Amino acid sequence: MRRRVAVTGVGAVTPLGVGARTMHEGWLSGRSGISDGEGHCSDFDPGAMLTAKAARRADRCTQLALAATGEAVVSAGWADGPPCDPERVGTVIGTGIGGITTLVDNQDALRDHGPRRVSPLGIPLMMANAPAGAVAMRHDLRGPSYGTVSACAAGAHAIGAALRMLRAGDADAVVCGGSEAPLVDLARASFAAMEATSTSGVSRPFDARRDGFVMGEGAGILILEDLEAARERGAPILAELLGYAATSDAHHLTAPAPDGAGAARAMRLALADAGVEADDVDYVNAHGTSTPLNDRAETAAIKTSLGARARGIPVTSLKSAIGHLLGAAGAVEAVATVLAVRDRMAAPTLNWGQAEEGLDLDYAPDGPRPLTADRPVALSNSFGFGGHNAVLAVGGAPA
Amino acid sequence: MPATTTHSEVETALRDALVEFGAEAEAIHPDATWEQLDVDSLDLVELAQVVEEDFGVQITSHDMQNLKTLRDVSDMVVARSA
Repeated sequence: MRRRVAVTGVGAVTPLGVGARTMHEGWLSGRSGISDGEGHCSDFDPGAMLTAKAARRADRCTQLALAATGEAVVSAGWADGPPCDPERVGTVIGTGIGGITTLVDNQDALRDHGPRRVSPLGIPLMMANAPAGAVAMRHDLRGPSYGTVSACAAGAHAIGAALRMLRAGDADAVVCGGSEAPLVDLARASFAAMEATSTSGVSRPFDARRDGFVMGEGAGILILEDLEAARERGAPILAELLGYAATSDAHHLTAPAPDGAGAARAMRLALADAGVEADDVDYVNAHGTSTPLNDRAETAAIKTSLGARARGIPVTSLKSAIGHLLGAAGAVEAVATVLAVRDRMAAPTLNWGQAEEGLDLDYAPDGPRPLTADRPVALSNSFGFGGHNAVLAVGGAPA
Repeated sequence: MPATTTHSEVETALRDALVEFGAEAEAIHPDATWEQLDVDSLDLVELAQVVEEDFGVQITSHDMQNLKTLRDVSDMVVARSA
């Protein structure tokens, strides 16, 4: 029989604050973490949890990952180390861009002072696998470790890869998720040049007035363990990671396929991997970026993959409350989905007020929706520039 | 830059850099070894950059192999800037 996988711990640093619960409760109550058109983690103080040396040896995207991991391991009961051989613990953490602050600072040093003033920490801090390497080092996790890079699907790909790693028997537990710290002028200007970001500064997924995404920073981390082993040690089981699938649009560098075919295929394959039917799905945690193209294509994909069921369930976007965390988005959304099925409550899509023809699902704009199933099943969608689609299927904790 | 560089100037600059790198300020003294200060190869490259910027003395990675303490570095800088 295939190995089953439990989520035993979660951690998050988001514009709603430090902590997964802070994010979950903030979103449920309709609070927004966006200010001045961006999602800053203004409550995050790297010095509060990292030594001066560790903080200096980490780009902000790695600092955020270390902070979220610190919370996740404590919540899983791993404060004193993993409950199994550390050589059997993997680390998979995605990022869309990596250490862009480090990149920009070193480019400035090169231009203004010449090559001898470029820091030896330049490459090791900016590399996209730095968060995974730093987390493995800090917690002495000696199994397979690497980063996933697929733009705004990177966090979800990391969690999917971790699920596969567990099922393949390459590890008995995996620390996984995503991290991003993109709030620098280079990223602002580049996303603005392609007209991907909102000029109004309002994240309103699925609303007719949406005009682009609101960029944010943060990290989300999940602890995955063999379900039976987790039960045996009496671990807190927050949810079961039921399935995962990934596809490619093979359509355009930045635009999704207009009919959402690649996304729909990923959703169907994730359901098949989870061994559940469309009619079993109780909630979709949408990618919901607030861009004109995504929200239309994603709505089409949800209808294609779930059929009639699509109209009977809430479809909500965390990005309405925190903005788009790029490579961390899929990870913080997976954390939110885990807590939604655990508490059997789907948080609302904020700022929604005007319907658009064809965008006619229940985006739950007026408040949370209870999930009445004993063990709700939820999908968490993530789609990235490059045509990458990754979908996770999460179920309530088994009795 | 002053006409002659003193040990005290070099050691102050190195001390400030090491504190910025995360070393314990109380643990820093001229004869503490890099190991005692938890200074690794990446820190040493950055120290060499500080020395070059502040005192105009270039220290190569080959030089660094023979420099085990802060005093070793300041001796070399003072000698070369004399």
